[in-house]
Amino acid sequence: MSLFGKTPSFDFMGKRRLAEVLSVILIVVSFGSLFIRGLNFGIDFTGGVLLEVAYEGTADLAEIREVLTEAGFGTPLVQNFGTADEALIRLPPQENQDGGEIRDNVLGALQASDPTVELRRIEFVESQVGEDLTEQGSLAMLIALILIFIYVMLRFRWKFAAGAIAALVHDVVLLVGYFSVFGIGFDLTIVAAILATIGYSLNDTIVVFDRIRENFRIMRRGSAVDIINTSINQMLARTLITAVTTLLVLISLFVLGGEAVSGFALALIVGIVVGTYSSIYIASALALALDVSPADLMPVKREEVDELP
Amino acid sequence: MNRYPFWLNALVVIVLVAGCLLALPNLYGSVEAVQVATNSGDPYTEDDIERFVRSAENAGVTPEAAYLQDGRVVIRFDSTADQEIAGEALRETYSREANVAMTLAPKLPAWIRNLGLKPMSLGLDLRGGVYVLLEVDMDTAIDGRLKGYQQDFDDRLREAGIRHRVDLDGQTITVRLTGADDMEAAREVIREADQDVLIADVDDGKSLTVRMSEAQIKARQDFAIEQNLTTLRNRVNQLGVAEPLVQREGADRIVVQLPGVQDPNQLNKILTATATLEFRLVDTTGDEPGSRRYPGRGDEQSQVLKRSVVASGDQIIDAKSGFSEGQPAVFITLDSAGGERMLQTTMNNLNKPMSTVFIESRRETVMRNGEEEQRTVKTEEIINTATIRGVFKNSFQITGLTPMEAHDLALLLRAGALAAPVYKIDDRTTGPSLGQDNIDRGYNAIKIGFLAVVIFMAIYYRAFGLIADVALFTNLVFIVAMLSLLGASLTLPGMAGIVLTVGMAVDANVLIFERIREEISAGASPQAAIDSGYGKALSSITDANVTTLIAAIVLFALGTGPIKGFAITLLLGIITSMFTAIIGTRAIVNLVFGGRKLQSLPV
Repeated sequence: MSLFGKTPSFDFMGKRRLAEVLSVILIVVSFGSLFIRGLNFGIDFTGGVLLEVAYEGTADLAEIREVLTEAGFGTPLVQNFGTADEALIRLPPQENQDGGEIRDNVLGALQASDPTVELRRIEFVESQVGEDLTEQGSLAMLIALILIFIYVMLRFRWKFAAGAIAALVHDVVLLVGYFSVFGIGFDLTIVAAILATIGYSLNDTIVVFDRIRENFRIMRRGSAVDIINTSINQMLARTLITAVTTLLVLISLFVLGGEAVSGFALALIVGIVVGTYSSIYIASALALALDVSPADLMPVKREEVDELP
Repeated sequence: MNRYPFWLNALVVIVLVAGCLLALPNLYGSVEAVQVATNSGDPYTEDDIERFVRSAENAGVTPEAAYLQDGRVVIRFDSTADQEIAGEALRETYSREANVAMTLAPKLPAWIRNLGLKPMSLGLDLRGGVYVLLEVDMDTAIDGRLKGYQQDFDDRLREAGIRHRVDLDGQTITVRLTGADDMEAAREVIREADQDVLIADVDDGKSLTVRMSEAQIKARQDFAIEQNLTTLRNRVNQLGVAEPLVQREGADRIVVQLPGVQDPNQLNKILTATATLEFRLVDTTGDEPGSRRYPGRGDEQSQVLKRSVVASGDQIIDAKSGFSEGQPAVFITLDSAGGERMLQTTMNNLNKPMSTVFIESRRETVMRNGEEEQRTVKTEEIINTATIRGVFKNSFQITGLTPMEAHDLALLLRAGALAAPVYKIDDRTTGPSLGQDNIDRGYNAIKIGFLAVVIFMAIYYRAFGLIADVALFTNLVFIVAMLSLLGASLTLPGMAGIVLTVGMAVDANVLIFERIREEISAGASPQAAIDSGYGKALSSITDANVTTLIAAIVLFALGTGPIKGFAITLLLGIITSMFTAIIGTRAIVNLVFGGRKLQSLPV
């Protein structure tokens, strides 16, 4: 079985203006949303208390909200988690109470209204942890990008490295933008998903670059646009199949993995779609815009030293 | 053509066997067990197993197996009831020397155990438990050291007969003298006390400032962390939890993990409490410099106490609770320096009163100008004042506490004082039912995702797809094997990492198979297509994997908690998939198709 009878010949680079416009619009929307709506940070970042409770029978969210507000826990955020019997409760940071007290008080208040409640998980995070995590996460992303840039530059010279990094930044912005636009909870696992997306998207980009380099050597006559187009087409089956197998497992994780990993799975699903698109259009298009030529792809030759002291 | 040399085939087989063997322990489930560890932290030996087993048998239950694991005795039982009976009996008999914890132990046959093989451990999110991140208050650690210097300089200058006043302001100690003549001598005395402190003259010509050097501050902070780690480890051991984890994280943080514990209250008390004692003489005249009034606890009288401390909590080497003349008491043993000082003090102050001050600090969050602020609240209360009736040295007792307080205080003192207070900044408890749910969900996601990929590959690449599927399954086995070997915990994000690896691991095979197809349609013979397919795809595969590897390594190095769990499986998955997808599948392809004439390839 195969996706295309023979190597397809789509004119990807011919459509690159369209892709550029689309990407610019999406980036503007992402940034706009980030400035206006921001991100729906989880307690990993904001600090606070998170409880997961289960009832025998349907969890009455309105009741939970009322009970906890009356008990003086501020405004709780209550939502179903997984099944209708389970609820996720988020409280603002509590003053002058330590973890044990909060646990006892919350549980006491909930038990008073419905004794079947079972505490499944409780987390307290101080806000300073969030600041550290934000710092660490940003640092991780920056270091990863720099290391990757260096690696790609060593293997392909700087124009391709610039294209690859632009594609990655593009992916990260769109992914974070997606979480902002839809107001999906942004916690630590999402940061991990973003970094995994960087890895995946780069993987895709590199494979296409690899073929472009090979074709520059073989097809001495073609223009850069032709060569890039041919390369993308040659790799198209592989690009799509790998995306399909990865999406298959991620959909499985999204559907079966439970609430705790669904955000993570969703981030990766979006990331793979964006990453696949960006490695076809953004990376190659930017390399083209930087006027890539065969010379940019040949391995770096060590220059002879003319003068020895 | 397309035959692997013997050594390469042998390598594949050896790696495969090793992988299966390492992963094997994970196939056995767990059973109820009792774990016995020494209170002192010294390991048990083979000889100790016998008496614990006998103790269980005397209680009427027969252990299923008993063995030594990392210096702890593990006794397995067939049922929860047996486990409980034996646990009770062991606790009763050996509570003084050992920690007895109820736990689950892997049901491994002896031969696997003897090979030193272990199943991978499960993270707290999968088996339930308490996770706490603590921050060590470094300012207090430095402050404590500065106060020590202050007192030391004061004592030494007095002994040297130099008139002086020593004040502590922030991180600077100021030594004020009566005239410029004493400057040189004072400097000498301070140098003698400590060679490394930074001494500077003040413009007035008759004062010195003393500060700790950067190196000293750093050393003090490291000491505080290390000492807190030891202390917390001791205290956590007193809880009787199997496999607790206490380890440093970053510059000033400590992670504590208690698998199976459900009530964080149990931990809170011993973790953040920095209860300690100080013994001070009562200032009967009430006007000595530096004296101040301390409140009494409950009915206890408040007293004006002298500034100098006779002995403090960090000099206590043993503390036991009990009763003295019908009153709850804590029996205390001091180290030699503390004992010496106590001896001098009691000798010189017979029939004078001495107080025991109980010091406890905790952290509070207060609102100031709409901003949250952390504040340390320190309570210092006199729990007991008694007249010195006789001379004593390093052993004595204190009273004035409730039985519960005496018990807690003895425990805290015995486990050592914390060099600096610690504060909880992150605290997560996972219930056991959620843990089991997480395992089931993660396992399901891996199973279904894996099946979907396997079916897809078999349909799309036919026989070659099946070969890739074998490699994919082997890859899963290898990931489990590596996790077991490294002793890394599997977490829910870790399971997500495995799922992702399953999806991405076939990429290498997709690259190779697509290349083979291209070669065939370009007119290459099947054997040549296989060879150049593998050969030409290699550079793409390497580049692609190296870059993902970079992202995974950065995640592992900088990430904490859930991120690390994800990074470790992703990292291992990439490495093992390189082997299975390239060398592994080639070995099978060579075996099946190599060395004979082929008309076409089922790819």
